[in-house]
Parts: sequence; structure tokens; C-alpha cells
Amino acid sequence: MSPARLRSIRRTTVTLLVAAALYEAVARSGMFPAVLLPTLPKVATALASSLADGTMLHHAGATLYRVMLGFTLAIVTGIPLGILMARFRPIENFFLPLASALMPIPSLAWVPVFILWFGLGNAVSILVVFYAATFPILLNTWSGVRSVNPLWLRAAGAMGANEQALFWKVIIPGASPFIITGLRQGFLRAWIAVVGAEALAASDWGLGWVIFDAKEFLNADLMLASLVVIGAIGFVFERLVFGSLERTTVLRWGMVQAAKG
Amino acid sequence: MSLADASLAAQPPASGADARWRAIVRNAFPFVVVGGIWEIVAHLGIFPPRLFPPLEVVAAAFWRLTASGILPHHAVETLLRLLGGFALAALAGVTVGIAMGRWRRAEDVLLPLVSIGAPIPGIAYAPLFLLWFGLGNLPAVLLVAFVSAFPIIFNTWTGVKAVKEIWLRSAQAMGASDRRLFRHVILPGALPYILTGLRLGLAQAWRILVGVEMLAAVPWGLGWLIFGAREFLNTDVMLAGVAVIGVMGLALEKLVFQRIEDFTVVRWGMMK
Repeated sequence: MSPARLRSIRRTTVTLLVAAALYEAVARSGMFPAVLLPTLPKVATALASSLADGTMLHHAGATLYRVMLGFTLAIVTGIPLGILMARFRPIENFFLPLASALMPIPSLAWVPVFILWFGLGNAVSILVVFYAATFPILLNTWSGVRSVNPLWLRAAGAMGANEQALFWKVIIPGASPFIITGLRQGFLRAWIAVVGAEALAASDWGLGWVIFDAKEFLNADLMLASLVVIGAIGFVFERLVFGSLERTTVLRWGMVQAAKG
Repeated sequence: MSLADASLAAQPPASGADARWRAIVRNAFPFVVVGGIWEIVAHLGIFPPRLFPPLEVVAAAFWRLTASGILPHHAVETLLRLLGGFALAALAGVTVGIAMGRWRRAEDVLLPLVSIGAPIPGIAYAPLFLLWFGLGNLPAVLLVAFVSAFPIIFNTWTGVKAVKEIWLRSAQAMGASDRRLFRHVILPGALPYILTGLRLGLAQAWRILVGVEMLAAVPWGLGWLIFGAREFLNTDVMLAGVAVIGVMGLALEKLVFQRIEDFTVVRWGMMK
């Protein structure tokens, strides 16, 4: 391990320990009611007990199910439509104005409308996730396919690539850095949307729901524990899933350079 | 030249006014089609009209609420909350970002905290803020500020770090003081990043604010308007509210940020 990396780990640990100690001191000082500002051991206990009796896992599972289903729908819609828009002008002319008009509407604004249309429950959360994730995926795919270096297209064409080979061997790899960026942004938005949708469209399970339910009973320790789980899952997806997706595709193909340090 | 550009170039050149008309028609066409389908479905009576109102009913609701001043009141309250929260976030975010970019110590202390706080969706903090600050305006504004501060901090920090070493050294060699260095080199150099951060921050603030208004039980606000309308099955009011939210979001992006960019970084030649 390089000295710079060791140093950064040491500094991070020191900062977090100091921040935790400060929080603990404020929580124990009695300035604020203990139910509103629980001490760290209490939060840890709440996290451990909810993990042990399986409720937290059930909540996380419900949330992941909704987010993955909505996100998959968004991928299945966004990537093909984005490619079609970039390749065929009439399709672009039709869908681009619609996408630009719908995109600035926050996905959470649709929650009340969807509740009326589909009732409380899974459908609302899944559709809101779908709405939130589709536009970044669609627009990034579209601009990715459009920005494939024309020199590559002509070179492949000159070497006798047919349409199919051109598509799979040149356009898709060429557009992949954009597509992966779109997936990343899409997931980030989907993750925000699912928490908000679950909070509003009360269903019995889900990390967003459990936070809001805990508010009713002033269970700040359970709220903070759920926040930790939400943050951890978001972190795992961002770093591990999309990071490794990037390493096995665009970085390996030499499409983008790894960031230094 | 991509395939799309090739087909564009193949079109015969049109005169200015003609081309503009064609662009308007082309952009309006998809909305006419979707609107037409909506109307047909609404009038067929497959769904109850209370839940799936035809467009003229939505337009009438929009007109009724605008004329009585209710919709503008909601919109203004939302906008004030957005601006209040965003101003706080811009002030705090740019300051923290610059401090992190300039001083090693600040970076060491703050970066871990910021990297841990950023990936948690802002709306998940909402109940905590409601518990700590009560219902109403205060938690809504603070949450918007909190959420939109993260992209501003990150981008400002990156921008200050990305200022070219050679600009700094040449300015120092020409005798620039620390103050001048900051005002005339670091700030303009980092500005494209800072503006990107502000833009992302505002977009995030806007997305969160609507949700927060539904949860924080504020008396006025577009989020509350559509959430409250659900209780009375006023789908027309809800859709009118959603449309206003969309128009406001588009206006923020096109009118506010593109202008600022044109007047600063584009004019200084930092960006094209």
C-alpha cells in the first residue's frame, strides 16, 4: 500500500472517530431529548436487533425488489429507444420533445397521481423508479450512439463490416461509456425515488416506509439504523456494481482512462 | 459526420422563417399525438373520468386555480422555498468546496464526512429533519439546502483542484498577491465546475422539494397541492399541478442556468 493511501485511510479514520465522539458527546449532554438524538450504541443496538430478527432484511429485500424491477424496466425501455432515436431521425423527432418535456418533472410529483391510478403498494414505487431512471438512461444512450467516432464507422465499413457487425462491434462498444454513465445516474435517481415513493405510498415493507413509520413512534434510533442500511446499499451499488461493470467493459476496452489517485 | 447529421445535411436548405415554422411543427407534433390519444382514452370511458380526466377538464382546473390566485400562491411558496434552500446550499457549498480545494487539512477532515453523507438519498433524511425541526417551512428549507449542498461541494472542490498549476505559477511569478491569485485565477478557473455543481444542486433541490412538501405538511406549495388533491380525487388539479412543476423545472434549467453560463464562462472562453 502506498504511503499516500495509508495516510488517507488514517486521516479518514481519525475524522470519523472525532465526528462520532462529538455526536456522542452532544447526544449524552442532555441538551436534546434522548428520543430525538439517540446515542450511537443505541443506534447500533437497533440496527443489530432489526438485522437479527430479520425485519431489516425483509425491508431491504422489498426495497431492492422494487428498485430492481423498475430499473430493469427502465433499461429495457431506455437503451433500445435511445439507440433507435440516435439511428433514425423520425423517431428522434417524435420522442426527443416528449422526453425533454417530461424530464424536468420530478418523479416524486407523480406519486399522488400514481396512487390514485394504481392504488397503494408495489406498482406505485416500481413505476416511480421506472420514471426516474428512464430519462438518464435514454438520453445518455442517445448521445452516446450519436457521438461514436465517425472515423470508426467508416473504417469498419471500409473493412467490409455489415450492418450487424457495425452495430455490435463498433456502435455499442463506442457508446458504452455514455450508456454506463446513464445507468449510474439512472440508478442514483431510482434509489432516491424508491425511498420517497415508499414513504408516501405506504406499503408494509420497505426501507423508505420503515423510516417514516419510525417517525410516528419517535424511534429515532431505528430511523438512523435504516439510514445506515440505505446508505450502505447505495454505496455498494455505486462502487461495487457499477465500478466493476466499468472495469470489465469500458476500462478494459480502453474507452476511458481510470481516474488517477 | 454521424448518420443523423448526414440525413440532416441531405435536406434541401430552407429559408429562415420557413425553417423555424417547420421546427415548431416538428416539436409540437408528438404532443398533438399524445394529447389526441389521451383525449380518446379519456372520452371512451374505460377509466372513471374522475381518475382520468380529459385535457379540457385539466385545462379548466388550471384556469380556475390560476384565476382565483391559488395556483400562483402555491407556485410562489415553492419557488421561495427552493431559492431559500438553494441560496443556503450555494453559500455553504462553495465555501466548503473552496476550503477543501485550498487547504489540505480541510480536505482531510471534510472529505470523509461528505463522501459518507452524499450517497444517502436526501428524502431519507426527511423524517429525521421533521423530528428535529418540527413540521413546516424550516425542515423543508434546511433539507433542500442539505441535499443540494453535496454536488456543489464536490464540484467546487474538483474545480479548485483542477486549476492549472502553470496558471498559478505564472500569476505568482508576475507578482500576484494571494487575494489577486484567488479572485483572478482560481475563481475564474474553477467557475465552470462550480456552475456545473450549482446546476446539479439546483436540479437535486427541485427533485427533493416536491417530495418534501408532501411530507412536511406545509400549508402552501405545489407538492402539497398535488398531494392534498389526492384526498378529494381531484385528478384534474393534480395533473395541472404536475404540468406547472414541469414548466418551472424547464424554466429554471433553460432561463436561469444557460444565461449565467453564457454571461460568465462562455464569455471568458472557458467553455464553448
